[in-house]
Amino acid sequence: MNYQSPETVDDAVAALSAAGAAGRVLAGGTDLLVQMRSGRRSPEHIVDVKNIPEMRSVTMTADGFRIGAAVAGAELGEQAQVIAEWPGVVEAFELIGSTQIQGRATLGGNLCNGSPAADSVPAMIAAGTIAVIAGPGGRREVPVEEIMTAPGQTSLGDGELVVEFMLPRRAPLSGDAYLRFIPRTEMDIAVVGAGVNLTVDSAGVCQSARVGLGAVAPTPLLVADAAAALVGSTLDDDALNKAAAAASAACNPINDKRGTVEYRVKVAGVLTRRAAKIAYDRARAHA
Amino acid sequence: MSKHHISTSINGESREFLCETRQTLLDVLRDELGMIGSKEGCSSGDCGACSVEVDGRLVCSCLVLGVEVDGKEISTIEGMADGENLHPLQTKFLEHAALQCGVCTPGFLVAAKSLLDRNPNPTETEVRYWLAGNLCRCTGYDKIVRAVMDAADEMRSAS
Repeated sequence: MNYQSPETVDDAVAALSAAGAAGRVLAGGTDLLVQMRSGRRSPEHIVDVKNIPEMRSVTMTADGFRIGAAVAGAELGEQAQVIAEWPGVVEAFELIGSTQIQGRATLGGNLCNGSPAADSVPAMIAAGTIAVIAGPGGRREVPVEEIMTAPGQTSLGDGELVVEFMLPRRAPLSGDAYLRFIPRTEMDIAVVGAGVNLTVDSAGVCQSARVGLGAVAPTPLLVADAAAALVGSTLDDDALNKAAAAASAACNPINDKRGTVEYRVKVAGVLTRRAAKIAYDRARAHA
Repeated sequence: MSKHHISTSINGESREFLCETRQTLLDVLRDELGMIGSKEGCSSGDCGACSVEVDGRLVCSCLVLGVEVDGKEISTIEGMADGENLHPLQTKFLEHAALQCGVCTPGFLVAAKSLLDRNPNPTETEVRYWLAGNLCRCTGYDKIVRAVMDAADEMRSAS
């Protein structure tokens, strides 16, 4: 097994391209090193992306934030402007693992590891986050919901990697939130996760919404029907009930030790309703 | 396979070592450098017994490759006491009997110091959340939390 630590995205793409299927990106390593130890993944070429400045920085432009795919949770948690504008995305990322894990785990790794239960992903989907992908053919921009294709698998081609994420600037009267259910208060994997991002008008009527769900299907979901149920309402009980029902209807979960199919379907609706309320209150406070 | 030559700083001293790609920072500390204060518990980032700081960030050394720390600054439990003088956290762990078997203790101490370096006056809730990634099967955590709170008190009044 060999190790490379390129300092530019182009060099990382070249290294991954040369390695082909035997290559693997190392970002925070909190999933990869565990998988290497258990034998689930056995890469021959490890490409460490943490020495690429572009992938390690958070920048604010007129259009929004560019968050490097190799920025650690503890680092994003110190970005006051991102927290102020995208509290749901930051709180989702910070729910992952312990303080020690937060010192290493990255947004790019959480996405590309391909876990259906990855906490940051439903929040990024709800936020309308775009992943910037670099590869042998240049760069392309892809909505986050199009990256995971199956548990442990992504739509990235040979030699491709996620360089950074683009989050828009927070529009007035808009807000986001993420909630997950686990059987204890810390250090567990989501049974269900729900992210909601929405915009209201000055009367409090929802103008647009996006809903992301995690751990209830082979990949995190963008649930357009749940979002549509919120639009045009003031998030009254009728609208919230419809959104919850739409979220439950979108689920295609598994039974496992964390929860049954029936339980996950039910909780997906409950968390969608609760996250929508939090996002709504944040939107109204964000005039 | 040729080994990697890594230059790093551990507890303020320049150290060099050779390692294979597969070796974790924990493997290097314990097996190559003889620094056995950091413990191997789960080797999957769940128990925190191997906690160290890399460039000021608390991490599990079992989830860091040795090759990754070239040019980095590492702090381990071996750097905590000042010679024969224990760090206030170490003293308070003894006073409160915040350890029994002791395997988790270095990780708890390193993690607790990392908290107090950032937040000298944490609430009990903040202490419990910060230390959620450190597992102890002996004490039931209460004595550990009390020791950390007491050490924080003492360090604040000393400063």
